[in-house]
Amino acid sequence: MFSFDLLLDAVVLGVLLGCFYAAVSLGLSVAFGLLDVPHVAHPAFLVLASYAVYVLNEHYGIDPLLAGLLITPFLFVLGLAAYRLYYETFEKRGSDAGVRGIAFFFGIAFIIEVLIILQFGVDQRSVTATYIGKAWRIGDMRIPFRLLVAFAVAAGLTILLALYLSKTFMGRAIRAVAQDQEALRLMGANPIRIKQWAFGIATAVLGISGALLIIVAPVDPTLDRAYIGRTFCVVVMAGLGSMTGTLVAAIILGVAESIVLTLFGASWAPAISFAMLLGVLAVRPQGLFGRRS
Amino acid sequence: MERRTLLGGTIATAVLGLTFGLTSAALAQQPPIKIGMSMAQTGGLAGGGKASQLGIEIWRDDVNAKGGLLGRKVELIVYDDKSSASETPAIYSKLLDVDKVDILFAPYATVPTAPLMPMVKQRGLLLMGNFSFQVNSKVGHDMWFNNAPWGPADSWAASFLELGQKAGGKTVALLSADQEFAQNLAVTARDVAKRMNMPVVFDQAYPPNTVEFSSILRALKAAKPDIVYVASYPPDSAGILRAVNEIGIGDNVKIFGGGMVGLQFGAVMENLGSLLNGVVNYNTWLPEPSMINEGTKAFFEKYTKRAIEAKVDPLGYYLAPFGYASGEMLEQAVKAVGSLDQKALAKYLRENEHKTIVGPISFSADGERKESATLQAQFRGVVDKNIDQFRKPGTQVILFPEKMKSGDLISPFEAARK
Repeated sequence: MFSFDLLLDAVVLGVLLGCFYAAVSLGLSVAFGLLDVPHVAHPAFLVLASYAVYVLNEHYGIDPLLAGLLITPFLFVLGLAAYRLYYETFEKRGSDAGVRGIAFFFGIAFIIEVLIILQFGVDQRSVTATYIGKAWRIGDMRIPFRLLVAFAVAAGLTILLALYLSKTFMGRAIRAVAQDQEALRLMGANPIRIKQWAFGIATAVLGISGALLIIVAPVDPTLDRAYIGRTFCVVVMAGLGSMTGTLVAAIILGVAESIVLTLFGASWAPAISFAMLLGVLAVRPQGLFGRRS
Repeated sequence: MERRTLLGGTIATAVLGLTFGLTSAALAQQPPIKIGMSMAQTGGLAGGGKASQLGIEIWRDDVNAKGGLLGRKVELIVYDDKSSASETPAIYSKLLDVDKVDILFAPYATVPTAPLMPMVKQRGLLLMGNFSFQVNSKVGHDMWFNNAPWGPADSWAASFLELGQKAGGKTVALLSADQEFAQNLAVTARDVAKRMNMPVVFDQAYPPNTVEFSSILRALKAAKPDIVYVASYPPDSAGILRAVNEIGIGDNVKIFGGGMVGLQFGAVMENLGSLLNGVVNYNTWLPEPSMINEGTKAFFEKYTKRAIEAKVDPLGYYLAPFGYASGEMLEQAVKAVGSLDQKALAKYLRENEHKTIVGPISFSADGERKESATLQAQFRGVVDKNIDQFRKPGTQVILFPEKMKSGDLISPFEAARK
């Protein structure tokens, strides 16, 4: 049955859901979109960050968002180390092409998954905060606060990353290495160090993203598998490397998913998302906001 | 003469001793009885799978302490199926052809078990089922025995919808996960609703990996159902209840729940806390006075200690005692038959009632329980972050079946949540 109230609800919830998708995809937008690293372990790092947030919340009572900020420096260092390992074992030897690079990150993802299981067991974990479990009531509409938090944080994170990449020296260097690594080398800069730094940034962002993940829903060690398709879909649809594009693409995906879930039937939701991705790639192979190479 | 007698005696003693020693050694060296299975140790079903495995391991240790089966030790060979249906056929082929196991136990849950059914039927093998739902309904294998208390296919949905109808419910909403188990439940719920003349005003299957349920719940609420029957899997159940709490479900809903997997597990229950209040959901065993006996007391004493070490469900009510019961049934069958002949074991299991810690079990022709012992229980007075409250009677009041009932339904749902 169709009603405008229901449609309005679906659009509002879709925008909020889309912002959450953007927040969990931004790191991948840097790692895969800008650096061309097939980082399929991105959602596993995300889940790892969620568990770190869980520990800080459960044992020390720290707010999940603050906990996400606190773990950011550690994730940055983890990102630096992960890229160095990838570079030394694969990229340096020229064996990063095709499935081999993907296999490396799949391996990392499985290791993370198993480590989480060994440490925390297989049960779902969640956090507590004043904004979880309550909703903002506007007439008949109720908007979960946790999704409003995701909306605000995703918007803030996108603006911060976009500003960092366009206004700072290091940010511009990262964009440069994404465009032409060899040119950068000819100018005397070390593209590997820049890429390593960028990978660190991509992983550090997961502190806040991981906090949002566990705020929005409980997490379990294998949750990363549910996000591989979704995050890559957002990044590719956005156009590789575009931060604002990532936000817009995620919102489009969220709204489409929400409308389909509400009005047409839940079974169609994943099909619609990926049909949209294929449609965008057919019309604009470089993605919605990507530059034609 | 004396010397010859002494010599003869020595030889006789030596020969006897040697023979006795050889016999003992031969007994000790008898190969163990191998029981093979896969179990969800990772993935969405792992919370249940690991608890179920612990229940079976406790039985193994108990039976081995009593001298094993047929004078042989019992050994379990278990592989992780990652909660996936695609893993189990290869694992069970390996168990049979490489590990050469003697008996097969099924993996936990419907989805990983379903692809095994044609294989065990083709090879004529006994399979002790482990909480699947209706996996044998189309295959018709006569050597399948499910340890779950489900009983006839429609009894699960029927008990829930009857409770709703008695509370004044006239219309039904069905929300189910888009996979084997939940769809089986949804099919029977549709049939039962039709039989009871209750129109289904909302009927949706959501895909696995759905992250956010607010939109679905909003659509469900708009349909204004009286009875909401949910068939969900563990990762989704928590998301659905959280969305219900935020979005609301409508004042007209008399009863909510029914088939939500996950709300039987300690960690999930502890996490959801007060969000559980009012939900009526299926269960298998609860610490209500009508269900506790000496066997379950002894079992849970062992389970509670080992669950901490094994990092599995600290309560373990849902699956673990039934894993133990599977072992008890096999033990009784092997003792009665006196061999591991699969056909003879299946015949014994089919034709007799078996005494287990979860009560007497007897099977109908399809290998499911003759009579349903599936509980419908309502969460009451649950507070946040307290696992121990679930060990006491009263937090999950049994509404069905009648002989185990420990209270009446509080309805409507919104009133029961307070």
